Amino acid sequence: MIKPVSVAALPVAENFVIQKNRIENNAGPEAASKRVCVVTGTHGDELEGQYVCARLAKILSDGKQKLSGIVDIYPAVNPLGIDSVTRGFPMFDLDMNRIFPGSSSGSLAEVAAHDIIRDIDGADMCIDIHSSNIFLREVPQVRVSEQNEGALLPFAMMLNVDLVWIHASATVLESTLAHTLNMRGVKTLVVEMGVGMRITESYCSQLLDGILNILRELGIWSGAGGQTRTPLVSKDRNVGFLNSDAGGIFIPRAAHGSHVNTGDSVGIVIDPFTGAIVEETLAPCSGLLFTLREYPVVFGGSLLARIMEDVKNG
Amino acid sequence: MVKDIIYSIKSPYRQSMDIVGYTFGAGERSCCVVGALRGNEIQQMAICAQLVDTLKRLEENGCVIPGKSIMIIPCANTYSMNIGKRFWTMDNTDINRMFPGYDQGETTQRIADGLFKSIRDYVYGIQMASFYREGEFLPHIKVMDTDYGKLETYESLSDFGLPYGLLRTPHPYDTTTLNYNWQVWGCRAYSLFSTYTDHIGKQSMQTAVNAALRFLIAKGILKWTLHRGMHTRILNEESIRTVKAARAGMLKKHVSVGDEVAEGDLLCEIIHPLEGNTIGRIMSPVDGTVFFAYNKQLVMEHTDVFNIVPFSNV
Repeated sequence: MIKPVSVAALPVAENFVIQKNRIENNAGPEAASKRVCVVTGTHGDELEGQYVCARLAKILSDGKQKLSGIVDIYPAVNPLGIDSVTRGFPMFDLDMNRIFPGSSSGSLAEVAAHDIIRDIDGADMCIDIHSSNIFLREVPQVRVSEQNEGALLPFAMMLNVDLVWIHASATVLESTLAHTLNMRGVKTLVVEMGVGMRITESYCSQLLDGILNILRELGIWSGAGGQTRTPLVSKDRNVGFLNSDAGGIFIPRAAHGSHVNTGDSVGIVIDPFTGAIVEETLAPCSGLLFTLREYPVVFGGSLLARIMEDVKNG
Repeated sequence: MVKDIIYSIKSPYRQSMDIVGYTFGAGERSCCVVGALRGNEIQQMAICAQLVDTLKRLEENGCVIPGKSIMIIPCANTYSMNIGKRFWTMDNTDINRMFPGYDQGETTQRIADGLFKSIRDYVYGIQMASFYREGEFLPHIKVMDTDYGKLETYESLSDFGLPYGLLRTPHPYDTTTLNYNWQVWGCRAYSLFSTYTDHIGKQSMQTAVNAALRFLIAKGILKWTLHRGMHTRILNEESIRTVKAARAGMLKKHVSVGDEVAEGDLLCEIIHPLEGNTIGRIMSPVDGTVFFAYNKQLVMEHTDVFNIVPFSNV
């Protein structure tokens, strides 16, 4: 059932509405009810989650008799952004994923953030799906802050992703949806995969398998699960960052998601006037090329690639 | 006056973006003034340009105290300024959410790093700031309420001779701003808000220029005669009353920034955007001075349309 989560009036003959699709089996045992939320579309240019949500809704609705809990699907928590190909919340300067938990007395964006948290509060788990941005392509991965590693890593391992990146905490990230929910006791996994403004069907299917695995683990779903690949976990590994020092056009020389060795060419930056190679980017370590630049134009500083280093023997 | 390029980046097709700093005097790094970090902070750039012009003459007349130096950086984002875009040209990131910066990071992280390394050691820092909300302010000076040297910083608020000095409790998203990081580094940092952002107000520009000069005089960096300005009312940002739009539509304002209002006075009407009738009236909740006024014609529900400083709190 489609339900409103946050509603506010826009200036001219329209309401701002965030909606969710609540899928539940009303015939199921009440006591067994758990609730999982799947959220996406915080950034309006990140669309991979659209297909995941759509397919998940179809599978669960068609197999409702196999459901014994509640799954709330929020495909667009920034509906104005998605509708206008805008990463941020239109007419609001701050990144929507930097204003949680929001405020009931704040601006429209802050009230919306508050309403989203209020709606998800009390859930057993939340999966927050992002898809990088238009510049970078990411392999399916879960990002977990160090402080939540203990609670989240076991679930991250079930999500059928290629990588679990455990990162340091930062004050600025305290205002994300995931941090806010984790602090309130809702175990929240942040998924990054694919690239902005596109849908990568294989990645969506991969994540969908993982979500069904988690639903099965929580006892919400008795239908088929999916594949569970064993992800690389960033613990005890270094992440190699490759940024451009020159401006120009980036041409990749290594395949996204492939294994590269130290010194391999990851890509070149060329001068578009002369064709001269102004920079060749070499892998600083051996490992998984999990991030690769998608958007060709680069400035000094533009991120070109990231490599998850192999575990060193001995 | 010494003119230096303090940071420079290249793009594939544009001339390099040089961040220029103008230094007056020599010796101790006494005060740094930073103007536009965003491409629409035209008033902020203009204030700094006026300061450069004024200090040039004052330095020629021996007004800069020996052993002291002042640096003015009118604009750290000429690329965005030249295409009329508030945030970074390519990825829409905000330089003022990237401090202290990272020299191996993304472009705006590198810009923040390059800028910050050049200005972090000053005793005093003044940022000509703009706010994320669209609107007009009474000129005021603001400091982050952190533990870093707060007493001296607070006591100096009145040295600017502006009508209001605000203390702001930082939110997580404030921790990556220039002002916050200046304070972390031990610099006494202030944000000076002029009335406008994307257009130049002659009177408010002069008010800001005089405020900065007055501060330099008070701190023994500049020897010159200038009237003392206004008595500064110092208050916590939270004590300012926000007045929100309970309805959406066209805004018809009845008061302006700086007006004094009584509780119950009509502040604005909300007009139906298609039918022209009044659908809402907003009254002042308190006796006070209009400190901020939203300056767009259309308002969403929850929009912060006025801020009022209550008389009783000052």
